[in-house]
Amino acid sequence: MTAVNTLELSRDTRRERVRLLLPSGPGFAVVLLLLILPVGWLFLLSLVDGAGHLSLVNYERLLQPLYIRTFISTLEISAIVTGACVLLGFPVAYLLSQLPPWLGSLGMIFVLIPFWTSVLVRTYAWLVLLQRRGLVNNLLLQIGLITEPLQLVYNMTGTIIGMTHVLLPFLILPLYSSMRAINGDYMRAAANCGAGPTKAFWGIFMPLCTPGLTSGVILVFVLCMGFYVTPSLLGGGKVSMWSMQIESNIALYSNWGAASALGVLLLVVTLLLLWGVRRLLGADRVYGDA
Amino acid sequence: MLKAQASDTGITHGGRLWLYVATGLVLAYLVLPALLIVPMSFSGSRYLEFPPRSWSLQWYQAYFGSPEWQDATIVSLEAAALTTLVSVPLGLSACYALRLTTSWVGRAVGVALSLPMIVPVIFIGIGLFFVYARLGINNTLLGIVLGHTLLALPFVVITVEAGLKSFDMNQEMAARSLGASRARAFFDVVLPQIKLVIISAALFAFITSLDEVVVALFVSGGENATLPRLMFSALRDEIDPTIAAISSLLTVISVGVLIVVQVMQARRG
Repeated sequence: MTAVNTLELSRDTRRERVRLLLPSGPGFAVVLLLLILPVGWLFLLSLVDGAGHLSLVNYERLLQPLYIRTFISTLEISAIVTGACVLLGFPVAYLLSQLPPWLGSLGMIFVLIPFWTSVLVRTYAWLVLLQRRGLVNNLLLQIGLITEPLQLVYNMTGTIIGMTHVLLPFLILPLYSSMRAINGDYMRAAANCGAGPTKAFWGIFMPLCTPGLTSGVILVFVLCMGFYVTPSLLGGGKVSMWSMQIESNIALYSNWGAASALGVLLLVVTLLLLWGVRRLLGADRVYGDA
Repeated sequence: MLKAQASDTGITHGGRLWLYVATGLVLAYLVLPALLIVPMSFSGSRYLEFPPRSWSLQWYQAYFGSPEWQDATIVSLEAAALTTLVSVPLGLSACYALRLTTSWVGRAVGVALSLPMIVPVIFIGIGLFFVYARLGINNTLLGIVLGHTLLALPFVVITVEAGLKSFDMNQEMAARSLGASRARAFFDVVLPQIKLVIISAALFAFITSLDEVVVALFVSGGENATLPRLMFSALRDEIDPTIAAISSLLTVISVGVLIVVQVMQARRG
């Protein structure tokens, strides 16, 4: 092959590559114009003070006690909800992964139904069930566990119950698929070598399902931190979340600088968490399973 | 039965009883709330209880009789249909292009397409509100559809990607070696075989738009308020039983869509 031909060929390959990418253009344009551009714009706004000069005043304001309290309560709620999701989700994922595949899939439908039901509908359901004379209080009264209705909603309790309910599928889905992927031979081999159930579980099963558990935990935690709908309805104004501060800065005060700074910080923390997990587990595991 | 061995490591079903009970309780916690709302929505009184003391269709009548709820429903259905029509071709063509190319540009585009799922939606919401204000498309159907298309794109891409994994791309090469162009190979060979995947992606896009609250809260309003937007504002004031009727209808739609998708996936194997 002559040099000219090689050159021609490589030019052809390059042209083909560009042409192959063209169909992704419109989708990319949507993300560029509706997400990257606005977020970039708001980032610039967050660096400008009221008079239009470059300054960090919007970020300095985030050190006020009001915002610090919000950050702490957001992290607190996210940690509690994530913990609750692990506690409730692990046994479910484990049992369903041990059942025959058809039965496991059938069980997973119960996880997928809430996953595809509107968050707003599920939040409303909790409002109804947890109210003063709602189903949960009535049940507890009837079996005699309590003598007076508990305040279960419009506070931290209701917020955590509702958020856990909405986010639990995000933990179970990746965990289930990583547990399903564990080869049963390993557990049989462990039993063969004399390991009891407890030892085989902690020594073999846990390390193998840790990637799925980690990605589920991070996913739930990240979604918690940016969650708006459920905490603002079930919190009844008593719970202050990061996202609610962003909303009120726009809706009540039209303070774009403050809202943007809050948004940028939230995005940075989110990306750092996701990036950390990618480093930890390898790229495609975080979203690959979910 | 309880003494029978349940695992390879010698645990009996009896020893696992707690696990069965725990799993049952958690699954009940997951599905019951939304399902309990359905019978409660037929309650005869303003006060929602389970089981209802008297039955009636009054909350459905309230919903179907209210012009405000009806307008919002129409806006939501239009937005969901248009979002599906826009996001599926965009997501499908992008996903197909990314499958064929291996360049770093392709990888970067792939990351960009997953961003709407990663960036907190509240931030996306205020970003859209800000840009729309300059374009003058806040509170328009166009604005809602664009915003929902952005949010639906990653779901379409993920669904199609998963479907293309089980598709043998050699068939595309075979078609082209027989003289078909890339476009012809796609429409005649690939497309008919991934039809079910595309229908799943379309249903997901539809549901994503139909249920979306946060972006709608910022960019939809007035006569172009979506149903979830109106429900959200109503819920901030009081627990209106009409919302129980709407919630039941939305739950039925979601569960119906899920069943269709599951059946299609089962048939695909």
